[in-house]
Amino acid sequence: MIKKFIMTIDGQKIEAKEGETILQVALRNCIDIPHLCAHPDTKVKANCRMCVVKIKGVNGLQTACSTPVSEGMDVETLTPEIRWARKFNLELIFGQHVEDCSVCVLDSKCDLLKYRKIYNSKMLRFPDRKINYPIYQFGPIIFDQTKCIDCRNCVEVCPTGYLELKDRGSDINIEPSADKKKDCIACGQCLVHCPVGAIKSEGEFESVKEIKKILQQKDKTVVVQFAPAIRTSIGEELGLPYGLVVTDLLTAGLRKLGFHKVFDTSVAADFTTSEEAGQAVNHIKEGKNLPVFTSCCPSWVLFIEFNYPELIKNITTVRSPEIILGGLVKSYWAEKEKIDPKKIVMVSVMPCTSKKIEIERKEMFIKGNKPVDIVLTTRELAWMLKDEKIDLEALKPELADNPFGDPSGAGVIYGASGGVMESALRTAYYRLTGENLKSVDFKEVRGQEGIKRAVIKLCKPVKTNSGECIEIKAAVVNEIKNARIILDELKKDPKKYDFVEVMACPGGCVGGGGQSLPTNSFIRSKRAASLYTIDKNKKIRLAHENPAVIKAYQEYFNDEKICKEVFHTSFHQQKKKPIGRLKRDMKDFKLIKK
Amino acid sequence: MNIIDKIKTAKLTGRGGADFPTATKWQGVLKAHSKYPDKPVYVVCNATEGEPGIEKDKFILQNYPEKMLAGMKIAMETLGAEKGYIYLNPVYYKKFAAKLKKIIGKLPIEFFVEYGGYICGEETVLLETIEGNRSEPRLKPPFPTERGLFSCPTLVNNVETFYYVAEIADGAYQQTRFYYVGGDVKNSGVYELPIHLSIGKILDETKNSPPFEFFIQAGGGASGEILTSGELDIPLKGAGSIIVYNFKKTKTLLLIKNWVEFFYKSNCGKCAPCREGFFRLRQLLKCRQLNIALLRALVQTMKDASFCPLGRSIWLPTVGLLEKIGLNNKK
Ligand code: SF4
Ligand code: SF4
Ligand code: SF4
Ligand code: SF4
Ligand code: FES
Repeated sequence: MIKKFIMTIDGQKIEAKEGETILQVALRNCIDIPHLCAHPDTKVKANCRMCVVKIKGVNGLQTACSTPVSEGMDVETLTPEIRWARKFNLELIFGQHVEDCSVCVLDSKCDLLKYRKIYNSKMLRFPDRKINYPIYQFGPIIFDQTKCIDCRNCVEVCPTGYLELKDRGSDINIEPSADKKKDCIACGQCLVHCPVGAIKSEGEFESVKEIKKILQQKDKTVVVQFAPAIRTSIGEELGLPYGLVVTDLLTAGLRKLGFHKVFDTSVAADFTTSEEAGQAVNHIKEGKNLPVFTSCCPSWVLFIEFNYPELIKNITTVRSPEIILGGLVKSYWAEKEKIDPKKIVMVSVMPCTSKKIEIERKEMFIKGNKPVDIVLTTRELAWMLKDEKIDLEALKPELADNPFGDPSGAGVIYGASGGVMESALRTAYYRLTGENLKSVDFKEVRGQEGIKRAVIKLCKPVKTNSGECIEIKAAVVNEIKNARIILDELKKDPKKYDFVEVMACPGGCVGGGGQSLPTNSFIRSKRAASLYTIDKNKKIRLAHENPAVIKAYQEYFNDEKICKEVFHTSFHQQKKKPIGRLKRDMKDFKLIKK
Repeated sequence: MNIIDKIKTAKLTGRGGADFPTATKWQGVLKAHSKYPDKPVYVVCNATEGEPGIEKDKFILQNYPEKMLAGMKIAMETLGAEKGYIYLNPVYYKKFAAKLKKIIGKLPIEFFVEYGGYICGEETVLLETIEGNRSEPRLKPPFPTERGLFSCPTLVNNVETFYYVAEIADGAYQQTRFYYVGGDVKNSGVYELPIHLSIGKILDETKNSPPFEFFIQAGGGASGEILTSGELDIPLKGAGSIIVYNFKKTKTLLLIKNWVEFFYKSNCGKCAPCREGFFRLRQLLKCRQLNIALLRALVQTMKDASFCPLGRSIWLPTVGLLEKIGLNNKK
């Protein structure tokens, strides 16, 4: 059992647990100790030194993030000495951080600005030391060294080792790797864990202006889709509690912004599931290209294409829900509505930075058209709503548009790690037996653990047949670093798994690189839990039961060629992406190509 | 009496500068060893000298390498160490490795050539570099005695400490230590004298008492404390070095600049106050009009908030110099 004891912080008696740090105990009790390098997802590094506190009986100041609590410990968090140290330390930190606040991903949530007020630090005490440092772009990721405070969080969370720590002393720097064997997979985890907004994704926030312009054009039909994981995170950007479900408010907000049609990506996830479950069952029965890897996470796909090209054949050919919806809109729906697909602009709101480059892949194009034209992150949409002074809370809930407005529960849980697998298993059972599961929950694949393994037995009911079963050895992988473990296992025993879901981001898309900030384990589990609640309350919880899916297959997707064109794709080996340079236009802080 | 008890009775403290009781450190390793009996134990001899201008390690390596190795061997036997390392800076490696190698013979002791400069004298940095990592300090706890090299119980003592362990084992220890006296003196060099001798006496005994107005830096050529000639009635703490400065001839601003330059070049860059602090101090000191208030604020912040002793150490000499001596060559 974990020992509990009483300690004192600022004169207040507080219960604490063995193994906790002073920072954890303080934050849990609403005592704010400034901290920049400390993130619940990363190791304690104690390098920003903002969290210094005084422990009675100990010489000097100690960092709260790295000091474990002990029984009877007496901590003061705000002596004059501490104030002084934080004030000047923060000024030193400002000295290495170019303040481009007006276009920063942290927007109003910047800790530097918050602490500056509290400690009365002068932002401009020292001239910007890094003003002439490079601004890099690789794929959709923009890394602005002029803002970096060298905390190393990004280096630690980058799953590919692409961000490297170079040099020493005040020449220390984070650099994109020149190593030919390392490439960025665009997951955006570096961005999510940067305390000072030194990393953002392409378009933040210029794409908002672009969309506004398009919305003015009379001859365009502008369609928007939102991903499963947006409905439980966008509220946070607008001051609502972590993980609150705001699907219908979000829909109302999108209409208010002027989008002509609002569709739900989760409906497309039901199409993905229908295709993927079929493919997986076939491969498992035939023993062909096992294990089957899921394909809806473009960062995972890039990871395989770059690092393990020999495994490309194992990735299911099914497109990701976002791309499928784009394709559905620009083929099936356009035909039905008699709209020229060239006049449709498909915008998607994604929790993901990787989706920004996925839409550029030529193998996704349909008759020369990009299925999706613009990807916005959760943050960008929030920015747009705020810019238009739209207060989601004040709106009347609205339902998304038909025919892609009402998903099954299976389509919604796509946003959490394990969701893709669970949806597929529900439908696989049907594909195999022609009947639906009685209990559709596969709890063993849910949750925040790094790797979830399960052997799942799907049996044909005895009454219809001889009791044929197939056993699916499944693994759900949460984060790329854990994918390496599974890939190593497979190297030793290629038959260890039949079906493997991989999502690059911790917790799946609820923890994606495009998500609302901050994101950490606690917040991710809130967002995920809400998705499962939606699923539980849905009448239809099986992808193949979704009437929109059934109807589309009947009306349109009744031959293999058209299915292939809209639902399937191909993957191929990737070369290392070039590293571009940007420069800052000092007038409006816009970044332009050098 | 076993050797640890003897060390305890002799009250030997680490001679690298931290003055930590040697017996306690050894006991710490033993305790960790019994806690993790499967893990090997390592013994490391720190021969990096550290502070600029001191030559004590060199003196011992030159004159008493057998003694130092005898001390190391005792440590390895007492603690059940599988392997020992002598951690040398590149210059000393070139100079002394061949000679040491002969004495080591078949003992499981290896050399490790330091990379990363001054900061490697800090024991956790030293361990990081042996493991092949960046030369940066680790968080403490856990302490190296419990989780040191490759997470195994590890003893790190410096050259002089091992020398005296051997002396204690031989029953020859007489409460002495090695002092380095340098700077504006006639007889600079390394001397072995009683530990409780006052600084003034040390200068006298070594015939180094200056005939002119002077001040000293005690304990290290960059991080040591500034003492006036009236403050020398105390024994020397920390790294045993005394550097004498001629009051009239010393450009004190230049002195600060040199310290700052030294630390600017040798800091590892891990933590904000030190990395940024030395960068700003260096710039500040280039200004025509020196902002002394800001200078003091910075060194104070660095003392209070830096991760390791390196960043914290600029405060002591700088404030001492400003308060006791003043800046005599302001532009
Ligand atoms: S986007 Fe992902 S892979 Fe690319 S640098 Fe950031 S963390 Fe690394
Ligand atoms: S880019 Fe951000 S996360 Fe990475 S080291 Fe710099 S400040 Fe830290
Ligand atoms: S896990 Fe989701 S958010 Fe993260 S890269 Fe993959 S698809 Fe994008
Ligand atoms: S105080 Fe200086 S040397 Fe020590 S960790 Fe910080 S930057 Fe590195
Ligand atoms: S939060 Fe403690 S040192 Fe950065």
